[in-house]
Amino acid sequence: MSDKDNWKIWEVFIRSRNGLSHKHVGSLHAPDEEMAIKNARDVYTRRSEGISIWVCPSESITASSPDESEPLFTPADDKVYRHPTFYEIPDEIGHM
Amino acid sequence: MTKETSLEDRFQHYVDAENKIEPKDWMPEKYRKTLIRQISQHGHSEVVGMLPEANWLTRAPSLRRKVALLAKVQDEAGHGLYLYSAAETLGADRMDMVKDLLSGKAKYSSIFNYPTPSWADMGAIGWLVDGAAIANQVMLCRTSYGPYARAMVKICKEESFHQRQGYEIMISLANGTPTQRKMAQDALNRWWWPSLMMFGPTDDLSPNSAQSMKWKIKRKSNDELRQEFIDKTVPQAEYLGLSIPDKDLKWNEETKHYEHGEIEWTEFYDVIKGNGKCNKQRLIARNKAHDNGEWIREAANAYAKKQSERKKHQAA
Repeated sequence: MSDKDNWKIWEVFIRSRNGLSHKHVGSLHAPDEEMAIKNARDVYTRRSEGISIWVCPSESITASSPDESEPLFTPADDKVYRHPTFYEIPDEIGHM
Repeated sequence: MTKETSLEDRFQHYVDAENKIEPKDWMPEKYRKTLIRQISQHGHSEVVGMLPEANWLTRAPSLRRKVALLAKVQDEAGHGLYLYSAAETLGADRMDMVKDLLSGKAKYSSIFNYPTPSWADMGAIGWLVDGAAIANQVMLCRTSYGPYARAMVKICKEESFHQRQGYEIMISLANGTPTQRKMAQDALNRWWWPSLMMFGPTDDLSPNSAQSMKWKIKRKSNDELRQEFIDKTVPQAEYLGLSIPDKDLKWNEETKHYEHGEIEWTEFYDVIKGNGKCNKQRLIARNKAHDNGEWIREAANAYAKKQSERKKHQAA
């Protein structure tokens, strides 16, 4: 087990088909990036879920802190004027 | 058949079958170059597009109008970012693109070289200029290059608010005092023709269009998009009770399209060449904004450096 303790965690992103962006699907352990791709192929694309894989070390991801979610996200809540429906367009004009 | 042509054939078949090209796929060098030029110019247009409206931010007639305009200008900055990022997936360098804009080497949409002397221009820009941009961008949501198409989807979602806030301004002015009506008509008079020019030269004089259509970078021709825009916009002008400044404009019952008068293409090429009313002013303003932002970029670097030293220190 001691060998495996050195393996990094890798986050895995799969593009299901060209035209769509890569989407996070999960993570895995691997000793290096090549093995991470191989393992991701085996774990996450067994049923043809993808045509492209991205991996990156979990430690490279910086996440916002849940404690800060209020100051980060609530300022957008009262800015209704950023939405199209805030503006009155008569029905006769149709979709705009 | 050489290897290169067979690769190009395969590429063409792939595109013909409505598949998207992604950054690591093989692509003809000219496809890459065309996209870098088009996407970076599109990005520059978003960035320079902030300037004509910024002119009215501090003088908007109400708080409602002001927050809307601020939110719109903020969006344009974001759109510039999405587009520069899409160009970077093709190997373009962000700083090179910025430098080319600032030096005047890069082009951006000529529409932003027209001045905004009146508040009604904020209405006309949202209604007409964003309306024309939307026609083009809705088409580009289906462009063959994946990252560009995805950036367009995001942008189109946000543009709807831009056009609606512009049209709302036009409604208020058109239903206002005689002076306000006059302002609205005057803005329509000044923005109508430049908006039609936004779609670019007529199809017979647009040499690069054929290849772009073949590669499905573009999906509709300049004239098709222009027609679409006119057909959609004329009834909107009628609703406002304003008249389109084109004496030759008429509905064709057979084709079910509006016919329009001759566009002054000499003006279009003149503005592209740098002789528009605001070409110099826009570049000066952009350069000034960039230079004035220098200290904040330096401060961000200094702060990041300090933080990393602090972390190292704590770890030691």
